[in-house]
Amino acid sequence: MTLWSRLRPYVMVAPSIAIFSIFFIYPIFYMIYLSFFNWDFINPVKEFVGLDNFTELFRNNEFLQVLSNTLNYTLLTVSLSIVISLFLAIWLNREGTWYGIVQGALFSPHIISLVSVSLVWMWLMDPQFGLLNWLLQLVGLPKLEWLSSPDSSLLSLVLVAVWKGVGYNALIFIAGLQSIPKDMYEASALDEANRLRTFYKITLPMLSPTLFFLIIINLISSFQVFETIAIMTKGGPVNSTNTLVFYIYEYGFRYFKIGYASAAGVVLLVVVGLLTLVYFKLLSRKVHYQ
Amino acid sequence: MAQIMLKNIEKRFKQEKVIEGLDLTIEDGSFTVLVGPSGCGKSTTLRMIAGLEQQSDGQIWIGDRCVNGIEPGKRNVAMVFQNYALYPMMTVKENIEFGLVNRKMPKAEREKVIREITEIVGLADYLHKKPQALSGGQRQRVALARAMVKSPAVFLMDEPLSNLDAKLRSQMRTELIQLHKRLGATFVFVTHDQVEAMSMGDRIVIMDKGRIQQADSPMQIYDDPDNLFTAQFIGTPPMNIVTRSKAVEAWDYQVDESVHHIGFRPEKAVMTMDKKAAVGKLHIPARIVTRETLGAEIIYQLESTVGTFYVKSFLKPLETAVEVNVSVSYTDLFYFGQDGQRVRALEPTEVQERLVIAGGGYA
Repeated sequence: MTLWSRLRPYVMVAPSIAIFSIFFIYPIFYMIYLSFFNWDFINPVKEFVGLDNFTELFRNNEFLQVLSNTLNYTLLTVSLSIVISLFLAIWLNREGTWYGIVQGALFSPHIISLVSVSLVWMWLMDPQFGLLNWLLQLVGLPKLEWLSSPDSSLLSLVLVAVWKGVGYNALIFIAGLQSIPKDMYEASALDEANRLRTFYKITLPMLSPTLFFLIIINLISSFQVFETIAIMTKGGPVNSTNTLVFYIYEYGFRYFKIGYASAAGVVLLVVVGLLTLVYFKLLSRKVHYQ
Repeated sequence: MAQIMLKNIEKRFKQEKVIEGLDLTIEDGSFTVLVGPSGCGKSTTLRMIAGLEQQSDGQIWIGDRCVNGIEPGKRNVAMVFQNYALYPMMTVKENIEFGLVNRKMPKAEREKVIREITEIVGLADYLHKKPQALSGGQRQRVALARAMVKSPAVFLMDEPLSNLDAKLRSQMRTELIQLHKRLGATFVFVTHDQVEAMSMGDRIVIMDKGRIQQADSPMQIYDDPDNLFTAQFIGTPPMNIVTRSKAVEAWDYQVDESVHHIGFRPEKAVMTMDKKAAVGKLHIPARIVTRETLGAEIIYQLESTVGTFYVKSFLKPLETAVEVNVSVSYTDLFYFGQDGQRVRALEPTEVQERLVIAGGGYA
């Protein structure tokens, strides 16, 4: 074997390995490294503080609330978005011009930039002049505070996220539904299965790989929510919408407490990692791959 | 048990009529095979009986009730699909059980039925496997068992053997025939394979372009085809067909104007070295183009002035000569009219043949 033929595979994968290392692996390890230091981005000297950043993090009530905000936001967004999009997909999975138009309309939020989406929704949710409150009044319901009250602010953000995500999820669900062989439904019709049983015994299990995939990508992306918060609420009011990534951003790039922000980043990494691991361990056996 | 009656069935997909004026009675307890080329409407007919497809017009009766508008599960039929349509996420047992659970059959009874049926189809050892762990033949058995546990009056089978290899297919053929005898239910079997149709059915329904061409017993269809289509569809190789004008020109064969095609079965033709025509026989000089040696039988493709045709010989040594003469008895000829229908009245019979021997001729 010549030297080249032995080296060739490594040379071929080198570019992607390099990119992956520089932009993914190295930052992760650098973040972990930084979490043991006090540093303000400018000072050439980094002060080693051991685990102080972490103890400070978990003693800080603000951070604990951020954690719980993030979990609440994620759970609500993922469950609502998955359930709604599944039902939409079942409804839209048929022939006809109108179904196609509705599908397209539902998908369009996915391709609009989150910044524009946030701005539009801020306007819609304005307690004084917003369209939503105007509509509520029109049907005789009381006005809502939307983003300006700590009671409803997180829910309002969930609403935006669900609205933006449902179209994409529904599209993936429709693709999944269409890959279920038609004769499976014919067989179940001959087996006298009613609609509910057909859904639970045929559709859902056959859709499980799609479901599994959508839940995990929705979980991860919800955990990392940032744009809507940065634009719409800045974490407020009273810290009610502050989530992990926004918290990290504020401490890192506004207060320049890089070490502290890195420690929070490590927590995010561990939480998302654990969540993914547990999810795969628990559910992957229930997923049916053909 | 149940007889199936289709009365003046019509099926349209959008504007296109795929089935028109279909009248068919499938006898109770018969093994009826619907056969025809792809697109002839045989599968659609089966699916309409199952209720998976709604007929555009006409009535379907199963037993003594009209099943128009009755959902598939309530028609007392079971179906075996071409690709089995097993539920991939369920085990073999769950697959078989699904219909029974939906019918709310008590567990003890369910277990008993499943044990019996899986014993019959030889699946007892595979009950807790998933379909993907099974071979094609085993999946086929699961599909059969799933149909059998419901003890339906009618079994509908949509090309169930077409995904199996040749050996397994012939094995399953015999098993299905035995199963039919054992269960005594009405079997309706769809296939495009005429060999399957001939070997399994006690009644064959030949369809083409959404119409029934002939419905009869296998041998009746073979020996006495109603029209050109059935004559050429059943039999390997198919019946040799010569147009009248060519026959008149090449063989100086006299026949009535209303006859447009003349046909004869490849095995009724005999190759001889005689240059002269024998009495009462058609004499065709021809050249052998190919020889298919299948063992007990040999199929020759021959070239003659009227075109190519086939000769099938049994238990005879391979014919090595190139130029041969083929002789066909006049009584083995079939006449077809312009519309492709048989013209039985004009065909030569034995009585007429004696006249020929006696020196007479016929118009």
